[in-house]
Order: sequence, then C-alpha cells, then structure tokens
Amino acid sequence: MGYQNIFTQVQLAGPPEMGPPAKDSDPRGTSTVQNYWLGKILNAQIGPIYLGPLGVASLICGFLAFEIIGLNMWASVGWDPVQFVRQLFWLALEPPSAEYGLSIPPLAKGGWWLIAGFFLTTAILLWWLRTYRRAVALGMGTHVAWAFASAIFLYLVLGFIRPVLMGSWSEAVPFGIFPHLDWTAAFSIRYGNLFYNPFHALSIVFLYGSTLLFAMHGATILAVGRYGGERELEQITDRGTASERAALFWRWTMGFNASMESIHRWAWWFAVLTTLTGGIGILLSGTVVDNWYLFAQEHGYAPMYPATGAVDPLSGAGAAQ
Amino acid sequence: MTREARRRAAIAASATLPLLLAGCELGPKETTQYGPRGAAMEQVVNLNLKQDPGVPPPSAYQLDTREGQRAREIYPELKVLGDISVEEFGLLMANITAWVVPADAAPSEQGCNYCHNPENMASYEKYTKTVALSMLKMTQNINVNWQQHVKQTGVTCYTCHRGNAVPQYNWSFKPDEDQTTILGNKQGQNTPVQAVGWSSLPNDPNSYFLGDREIKVVGRALHPGSTPNDLKGAEHTYGLMMRISGALGVNCTFCHNAQSFQDWDISRLQKQTAWHGIRMVREANADYIQPLQTTFPANMGRLGPMGDPLKVNCQTCHQAQSKPLGGISMLADNPALAELGAWHSAASAPDAVIAGGIVRTADGIAGAVAVVPAATASAVVEKVQAVRASLATPAG
Repeated sequence: MGYQNIFTQVQLAGPPEMGPPAKDSDPRGTSTVQNYWLGKILNAQIGPIYLGPLGVASLICGFLAFEIIGLNMWASVGWDPVQFVRQLFWLALEPPSAEYGLSIPPLAKGGWWLIAGFFLTTAILLWWLRTYRRAVALGMGTHVAWAFASAIFLYLVLGFIRPVLMGSWSEAVPFGIFPHLDWTAAFSIRYGNLFYNPFHALSIVFLYGSTLLFAMHGATILAVGRYGGERELEQITDRGTASERAALFWRWTMGFNASMESIHRWAWWFAVLTTLTGGIGILLSGTVVDNWYLFAQEHGYAPMYPATGAVDPLSGAGAAQ
Repeated sequence: MTREARRRAAIAASATLPLLLAGCELGPKETTQYGPRGAAMEQVVNLNLKQDPGVPPPSAYQLDTREGQRAREIYPELKVLGDISVEEFGLLMANITAWVVPADAAPSEQGCNYCHNPENMASYEKYTKTVALSMLKMTQNINVNWQQHVKQTGVTCYTCHRGNAVPQYNWSFKPDEDQTTILGNKQGQNTPVQAVGWSSLPNDPNSYFLGDREIKVVGRALHPGSTPNDLKGAEHTYGLMMRISGALGVNCTFCHNAQSFQDWDISRLQKQTAWHGIRMVREANADYIQPLQTTFPANMGRLGPMGDPLKVNCQTCHQAQSKPLGGISMLADNPALAELGAWHSAASAPDAVIAGGIVRTADGIAGAVAVVPAATASAVVEKVQAVRASLATPAG
C-alpha cells in the first residue's frame, strides 16, 4: 500500500547495496550512508560514489564558472553583500556587445562572460562523457547520455552555435535569473513572435506531452502497485495481473494502451524531442527566418484579425512629420 | 494522529500554498475589451489602485470675445503673444501664473514676479521669462503641428506643470557607469527600477526621447537582412515600451495586438498616436528644451547631473493616464495656445530671440545641442553620439 503515497513508507534496513562488478570501476569507493529522511523520498542509501578523473575535472570547471558568474554579479553591486542578496535575481554576467563580433573583448566588456561560458560548457561536456562511460562500464545502454545530449544541444545552440552563425557573441544569453528571462521575451519579439515558429510549437507539444505521459504512467504504476505493478519491466514478458488491469483500464477509458515497454520509449522520445526541436527553432531564428509571424502568414497558418485601419506613419500621408 | 486526520491536515496545509503567490493584487478589477476575442486585447484596472486623473484649475475668467485692442499696441516688445487682444493676453498671463508659479514661491518671486521684473516687465533679466517664451512656442507648436498626438484636446502649461515650477516627471542624462571595470557596472540594466516595470531590462529608455534612436527591432521581412537591430537592441526597445506602458497606466495591448507587435494593420489606432507622441517629445526636447541649457541657472535643480536641462517624456503629461487629465481640454479658455503666433511665420530660425539658434541638420539633435557652448553640452553630445554609435553597429 506504500506505493499509493507520495512518500515511501517502507524502508529496508540491511547491509549497503554495492552493485554488481563493472568493467573499469575498480577499485571503487566503498563508503555509503543510510539516511532515514532521504529514504522518505528516494533510496535511503547514499553512495558508493564514483567520481573519477572526468567527474573531478567537470566539478572544477563547473565551480570556476559558478564563481566567475557569482563574483561578476557581486562586483556589479560594488561588493555589497546586502545588495548582492537583494538584487540577486536581477544581476547578470552579460555577453559582449555587438561591436566585438566574435572577437575576444576585454574582461570587463564580456571577456568574463566568454571565460565563464567556456568553463561551464567544458564542465557540462565532461559530465556528459562521464554519464556515457559509466553506463558502458555497467553494461547498460547509453540512453541517459543521449537524452542529456539533447539538452546540451539546446544549451549549445543558445550560447555558442547560433551566436557563431550570427557572427556575434552579443546574440547569446546572459547568465542571470531575470536577465535570461528578459532575453527570452526579447528574442520572441525580435523574431516576430516565437509562437509562430513551428519548431517552438513542436517543442511545446513534446514538453507538455512529456508531463502528460509522466502523469499517466506514474499514476498507472502507482495504481496497480497493490498487484506488483512496480515490477513493470518484468511484466513486459511475464504479464501479471497488474499489467492486465493497467492495460484494460486504458483500453476502457481511451481505447488503446501503450505496452509496459513502449511507454518508456514514448516518454524518452518526448523528453528528448522537447529540447531537440526547441534547439532547431532557436537555430533557425535570425539565420534562416527573421520574422516568424511573416513566415506563418506565408504558409497560411496565422489567424487573421480584422484590420483596424492603423497604418505605418512612415508609409503614408502621416509621413509628413 | 489517525491516517485520515493526517490526510486532512496535509490537504489543509497545501490549501494555504496559494498564499505564497506574492504579487497577486487582491480587490475588484475592471476589464475592458479593446480588440478581437482570444487575443487578450483588454485592459485590466485594479479599482483599488485606480489613479485620479486630477481636475485642472478653472480659468481666471471667461473671455467674451477675442476682439479688441491687440496686445502689441500696448506692449510693442511682445515676441510671441502680440497678435492676441489685450484682454486675452492678460487672462493668459493670469492662468499661466496659476499653472506654473509654485504656491510657496519666495515673496519677491510671487505671481508675475516669478518671471518679470515688476519695474520693467519687458526685461529678460530673469531667466524664467526666457524659458517661458520658449515653452509658449513649444505649446503652440504642439497644439498646431502635433494634432496627430494631442488631437483637439491639446495641451497647456498645466498639462505638465500642475502648479509646479518644474514639472514633477522629468528626466536628464545620467552619468555613465565606468565601462572599463566590472566594479559597480551593471551595463545600464539588471536593476529593479520602476521605469522598466521592475524588470532587468536596460533601464534608461529616456535616451529614446532625444535624437533619432531606432526603435523598430522586429524583422521587417521573412528572411534575415532587413533589420539592423540586434537582440540587445530588442531589449532596449522593450525597456522603452515598459516606460511608455507605466507612464500611461496601460498594458501592451492598449496599442498592440500581441499576435504581431510590429504589424500596423492589426494594431489599435493608439499605436499611431503613440508613434507621433514619441516624435513630438523628441522635437520638444531637441528644439525647445535642450537649447535652454545655457539659460537655466546651475545649482537650482534646473539641470541634471550631466548639465543638461530636465526634459520631458510620456509621463510628464500623462501621469499614469492614457489621456492626460482624463482628456479634459483647457484650450477653449486659452485659445492663444492653440495657434501659432507671429514668431513662427516670421523666422525660419524660430528661436533667434533666446540663447543660441536652433540648427536643424540632417543629424537632428546633435546639431541642436552643438550650438550650446557650455562645456557640459559636449558631454551630452558625446552621450547621444555614443547611443547612436552603439545602434549603428550591425548585428551579426
């Protein structure tokens, strides 16, 4: 019955689970910790952790990027700790201005942004390599690494690939909470309303679709937990009553159902395609399409509203002034 | 605690979560639809926060006729208002005194004496008279040549001044942050300020109100190459739009259909009005206020930190109303403000009487500022040129 609750109600206590032998992970760390409260929402066991050279290098690069961004923000309020906290959501490390193109500007004029971006990107790529290599070491598939790569693609489009294609670092996103949100809104306006970008639309479909699939699948498995439904992968081949009931439920209510295997492929692809299509949409803005509203008109999918009679003052009689 | 009681407690606790949504404004709202359904073209007003547009003071008295002896026959030195009747001239002087001279002026500066030397009313020894002359010309010019913005309602001194010698809402250039260091340098943005709606957008939108800085940012054609403005330019324009929105107490869809901010066909007519308003403000600042830089005394709060005069923007008149003063026109009682005086037809260089002349060049404001010889003027010129240079840099 514990599976019908938000929090895990049954915790097993025993010798730590050390996992199976793996190809290149010996000697591995052996220290583990049991935490009762962590066990309420996750597995109670922390560790063993495998950091390795990639993990250490990634953390160092990530720390450097974090520090450069944070110290630039703190410097922008004159090292005032109170203002740093109060204005934190507004503060930013801004990319260089357009005059520098793709050259390397002075530190104070965007140089720090380039350095922070370099270290953050390095940290992320090293971490990706680590997810790939650990999966291989355990004899697993590399699905996690490729899903992560899809998110990294969007990140690289925003901060590197598109700015390079546009010929200016100034096209990239600032580091900062509100500043990156304002950048996003300005991006949509600059390119004529991003809602008319078909790839943006696809990205939203996959994003919302991901949450829908997640809710349906999570709910289904929890609902048949009393029949052992959480052993879902075994039930791909050895269909038990939990699987039968779950399948029948969806056939009753919507006419068809995913299989115990395919639901996970659906979820994986929806998540991966969210950032993949989103990245394509960003990549095409300004490089191929400059105004998505005009693009939608060209292709006949922008709703038409009645003309108000307003005219561009520069185009007609009003141009006199 | 029983299982059921625990569940109820959890539900009760989570029911309080919406209270964490700070920024929600409680209270009755009034919603007005201004465009097609489904386009969010509506204005929502929180009735508890609705601002009173204010009531203009009554005219000192009513004019029965505009006929009679011309003011110039009594006051031959009049430069702007010589063509109206003596009676109308006196009325206008009385009204201007009520609109502009502060109630707490020093005894020697009360009433007429705020601008005039009572011993010699024709004298320009008080700088306020020189300023007033330029402001009269500005008001006439707005009411006659900018009806695409002010319509027949027009403006008077009171629209901006509201009983203050210096209009309450004004702007001047701010000193630049030191761009050679990151210390204390926020690149003109990333600060919670009211002017840009508490966003982190570039927060000195006033630079759009002097000169000809490009506002349009949206791509004008389907494919790239039509628009010089880059993404940072888009953020600057966004800041300007927030400034206008706050000054008028309206949201984006008062002018725009958010389907396409740039498309004139589906925009409300208010977008045209605003377009002319921005140009009107630019002309007021460039031709009538900026040239007074050497006229205003230093150290009296008449000049900004960069030494340039305090200038106007949308808020100076609008004061959170889409129509200043709720749309009440004061021109019927003050018809002289709704026509161009003899000064306009007499000279193509209209401000020959005040400090310096306006030099209208293809470069616009830079020419107008350049005639001001003060050392501080060069700083303003540099600022304007820097703004223009940053915009001239082609994107990508």
